[in-house]
This record gives sequence, structure tokens and C-alpha cells, in this order.
Amino acid sequence: MAETLLKKRTFLKKALGGTVGALAAAGVRAAETKAPKVASSPPAPEVVPPQTVSESHTARMQEELRRALARPVEQRRWGMVIDLRKCVGCSACTINCAVENGLPPGVVYRPVLEQEIGTYPNLARRFTPRPCMQCEKPPCTPVCPVGATFSRPDGIVAIDYDQCIGCRYCLTACPYSSRTADFGDFFTRDVGLSPDQPYEQRDTFEYHERRNRSRHESPVGNARKCSFCVHRIENGLLPSCVTTCVGHATYFGDLADAHSAVSELAASPNVMQLKEELGTRPRVFYLL
Amino acid sequence: MNGRALSLVKTLWAVFFALGILSVAVRFASGREIAAYGGYVPWGLWVAVYVYFVGLSAGAFLLSALIYVFGIKSLEKIGKLALYVSFITLLGALVTIFMDLGHPFRFWKVYTRPNFFSMMAWMIWLYSAYFLLVVLELRLAARRDLLAAGSRGGWVAPLARLVLFNHTDTSEESFAADRRRLQVLGMLGVPLAISFHGGVGALFGVVGARPFWNASIYPLIFLGGALLSGTALLTFIVAVFWSDRGSEEHRALLGLLARATAGLLVLDVILQWAEFSISYYAAIPAHALPWKMILFGDYWWVFWIVHVLFGLVVPGLLLASPRTRHSLAGIAVAAFLIAFTFLSVRVNIVIPGLALEELAGLKTAYADSRLHFSYFPSFWEFGVTFFSYTFVMLLFYLGCRNLALLGEATAPADGGAR
Repeated sequence: MAETLLKKRTFLKKALGGTVGALAAAGVRAAETKAPKVASSPPAPEVVPPQTVSESHTARMQEELRRALARPVEQRRWGMVIDLRKCVGCSACTINCAVENGLPPGVVYRPVLEQEIGTYPNLARRFTPRPCMQCEKPPCTPVCPVGATFSRPDGIVAIDYDQCIGCRYCLTACPYSSRTADFGDFFTRDVGLSPDQPYEQRDTFEYHERRNRSRHESPVGNARKCSFCVHRIENGLLPSCVTTCVGHATYFGDLADAHSAVSELAASPNVMQLKEELGTRPRVFYLL
Repeated sequence: MNGRALSLVKTLWAVFFALGILSVAVRFASGREIAAYGGYVPWGLWVAVYVYFVGLSAGAFLLSALIYVFGIKSLEKIGKLALYVSFITLLGALVTIFMDLGHPFRFWKVYTRPNFFSMMAWMIWLYSAYFLLVVLELRLAARRDLLAAGSRGGWVAPLARLVLFNHTDTSEESFAADRRRLQVLGMLGVPLAISFHGGVGALFGVVGARPFWNASIYPLIFLGGALLSGTALLTFIVAVFWSDRGSEEHRALLGLLARATAGLLVLDVILQWAEFSISYYAAIPAHALPWKMILFGDYWWVFWIVHVLFGLVVPGLLLASPRTRHSLAGIAVAAFLIAFTFLSVRVNIVIPGLALEELAGLKTAYADSRLHFSYFPSFWEFGVTFFSYTFVMLLFYLGCRNLALLGEATAPADGGAR
């Protein structure tokens, strides 16, 4: 229902935007014909293209992000809704996430699970992007012997790379395999090439911390996971997986804001969560 | 052990120790790139070896506690040996797990940043206390030997004097006081060893995300396994290395240890059957599939050949058959097989619990050499394991030379020749 409402709202916005734009353009043209010619060649009329679905969604999420950031951190609850009907399985989110966070071999934050459903001729493929679920009751945090992983006030499950001892107990405790470990591998080095490529030497900014793996320091040796790109969202940018989703299947926003897109979509009747029965209360929702 | 066999053992030890040293050097030079485990099977051979060694340690310690606390006269002679074995196997466990950590030099944070909800933190605190207790007990149990070693000279002497600190009283009253202290420490040690090794079982048992591990029998099965493997190791040592082998006293001691090993073998089979049958009967994939992997998967031989055949059936027959159960060789082979093949039990706990996709499609979602669900240790992982084993063997050899662990008479503390 909420999805339908969202679509209707988007359609109305588009239609209204388009109509207003067309009327304005017509008005400009009418005024031009009536006005006396001052210059020999009048400036070309400014054409305002109608807003696309993606721009309207992105703009809405961007606006909601700004609204959320104006509130104290403990009043935010970041969440994600992934519409599986729109996911085309292109894995652009997986790749952009790897680029954004400088992920080495062996580390992945958002793989896209692929499943074939049914038998010919009734056959379908389902693509399920799997970021960290940012559980409300995360099973991965209590097991850490040094308390290096914890739930932030805004609900994001974070890792303190300087405290993590690299025991990987949290990897075993996550029911979604959302955590992997950084074993210090490098793409080029592992295939016998030297030196490391520039993309492997650049700084990364997870958790707002400037780090560089090429020095073999943390996060090398640590557990690693998706942080909803907290370094981006707290600077007013949407997570990298959201901005690259070609099907606009990923929604991001503040679940504590009742008027946000994610709050509306998370209340859809066709919503589900992974392994709901475990009671981990993921903050990632899927629309079927 | 005859001369030729001993020189063969020494040569083999030297080869494996050299390989182990090289592997440890490679491990520290290149980080954990050398390990074959990855993001989906994040624990491998090193964790299994660690669990195996702590099991041996807890088992040997519980046996020593029985001796000191309950005053079991017939086993009194192996009290010191049991304590020493529990000490060196614990060191072997710690060395192995140190190699496994992503940031081994941050281990101290477990003490400075305590997380009271973590079973791993509890396990580490408990074995730290246990380690101290074993050292204190050993210092008391081996004080005569340490006094002798301290007065003999050589590189062991300063170490012995350091361990003794200023406890150098050689009067019989002081040794009697030591025995009383040992009894008290042993009484403290029993709950500590039970909670420590039960805690290792709980470390796996509390992981709700892994249905294969998430069973309340885990702490108990770990304790049963510890008692069996620890007792079997002591039985093997007594059978092969004891000072007056073949004497009436030795036969009686070995007979008792062999019967204890046989009884613990039966107990372990019962516990393992309870765990297996309940998981497998329910046929819920998350519970049953790891068992299918163990029984019929790529590494079926680890269970059927190493564990069942050489760890249960052959030693069981040797310890039950009237022809071999009183024979020194029969007992030695049976105890050796139980103690050394027990690693297969640990491997079959750690790996199958992880080698199952948690979400359908994960296996093929991202092509990466570390993101897969099949695991076989790398050459260097085996190499580091060789180091742990040979390191423990070296400590055992040094202990035997200096602490009169094998029933020999202790040399006088006045510097007299041994």
C-alpha cells in the first residue's frame, strides 16, 4: 500500500512538475512573441526537463537525510529497504561498495545472492542484495571479547578497528555472514604483480577515520562489515550502494522519521526480513 | 624406548621443528595471507589444534586434581607428571592461538577492555587464572626437583631459582606444608578447570547463528573429551617413558590408567552418540547437514578412518581384548591412538559448524578465493601446527630431564649428581 502511495505521489509530482513546466515554457514563448524585439537574436528558452523517478526518489531521500542529520544522533535510526522486484542483479552496488570502502580480496560488504526459483517454464531468478542487517539485537556484538564492536546510538553496528584483536568470533556469530575478515591480501600482489596499483594504496574513510591498508595496519587483521557508509551519510551523502543502484531498488533513510520513504515502505504488507524468526530485528527490509 | 627408535624420533622431531620454525617466521613476515581459511570459514586448523591442546591440558589437570585432592595413592606418582603435561599443553594451545589472531599483540586488551557478555573473554580470563594455578601447583609439586636443578648449574639453574623465588626451605616440614597447599590449590583447581574447559565448549555452544554448535551438551562433551584425551596422553607417556618400566608397580599403575582410559572412552562415545543422534534424527538441515558433511562429505575419512577406526575401534579393542589389555605395547598403542587422533574430533567440531551456507546463494554470490565454504589447511598452517607439537615435545623432554617426572628418585638438592 505504501509503495503504491509512493508511486502515486511520484506520478502526481511528475505530472504536476511536467504540467507546470510545460505551462511555464508556453508562457515564456507567449511572452516572447508579444514582447518587442530588443536584440536581434533572443536567448534560447530554458527547457526544464520533467523530473525522472530516480531523481525524485534520490532527492526525497537526500532531503530526508538532511532532516535526520538535523536531529541528535540518538534520535536517528538508519534503515534500508530493498525492493527485490526492482533489483536486476547487476551487482553495481557490490562493486561501488568495494571501491568506496577500499575492500581487499576476501572482504565483501554487499554481495548479491542469486537464486533460481521454479522449474521451466515457470522459472524466475531472484536477486537479494545482502548488506549488514544492522540488527537491533545484534548477535555479533556481545561475543566480542574486547567490546570492539558495538551498536552506535543511531543503530549502526560499528567496529573499532584499533581495538579489534582479529579473533573472528563475531564472524561466526553473525547469522547472515555479513562479516568477513581482512587477511591482508592485495589484488595485484596476490597474482604476482608489483607494485600495488594506486587503487590499493589510496586512503579509505570508514567510520570517518583516514586509513591506508598498504601500510599493513588496521583494518588489515580486523573483522570488517558494512557500516551503511556512515562516513558518507554523516556528511549528507547517501550510502554508495544506494546511489549506484541502477534499478533504484535500494531506499535508505531514517526509520525514526515516520514520514521517511523507508518508514513508509517498511510498513508495506509485502515486506520481509532475513531470518526474522531469530529475533535479531534487522533494520534492512525487503519488498517482495 | 630403544636407542634406534629414540634417534629416529629425535631426527623426525628436528625436521618438523625446523619446518615449524620456518612456518612461524613466514606467518609473522606475511601475516595471515598464508592461511587457507577465509570470510565464510573463518576458523581453521589452528583453532582446532588450540581446542585440542586445551582439552589435553584440562584433562591432565583434572587427573592431577583427583590425585591431590582425593589422595589417590595408587596414582600419586604421576601427579607431578600430570601437572607438567597440563602446563606444557596449555602453552602449546596459547602459542597456536597466538598465530591465529589478526592482531596477536593486542591480546592484552582482553584484560583492559573487558566484555563480561563474551564467552571468549570468560574463557581467556579463566585460563589465565588456571595458568597461574598450574604454575603455582607445579612449583610446589616439583620443589625438590627445582631445588636440585637450581643447585646443579647450567642454564636451567637460574630459571629454577627464579621459579622457586625464595621458597628454598629443604626441611621435611616445609615439604609436608607444600603437600597441604597442593591439596588446597587442587581443590580450587577442580572447579576452575571444569569451568575453563566447559567454557571452551560454551564458546561454541552459545553461538546461536550456528545450529550445529548451539547445543547444551557442548560444555559436557568438551569436558568428556578433555578427560579422555588427557588421560590417554598420560597413559601413553607412562607406558613408553616411565623410569622402571615393566616393574610390578609400573604394571599396576599402567593397568589403572588403562582402565580409566577405557571407561572414559565409553563415556565419550555415549556423549558423542547423544549429540549426533539428536541432531541427525531431527533432520532439520541446519542441524543435520553438518553431520552429513562429516559422515559423507569430502573429508569423510577424518571421521571414519581417523576418529572412528583409529580413535575408537582399534584402541577400544586393544583395551578390551584379554590378550592386549594387560600388555604394555597394547596399552601404549591404544593410548597413543586415542590421544593423537583426538584432533580429528576437534577438527570435526570447528570446520563443519562453519562450512554451511548461512543464506542460500552466498556460495556463488561473490567469486573470491577466501569466500567459499570448503576448507583444507594450507601447507603453512600445517607447518605452524608442527611447531606447536614439536614445541610441546621439547618442553616435555626438558621437563623429563630436570623435574624427575617419570617416577625417578629426585636428586638431592645439595648439588649431587643425578
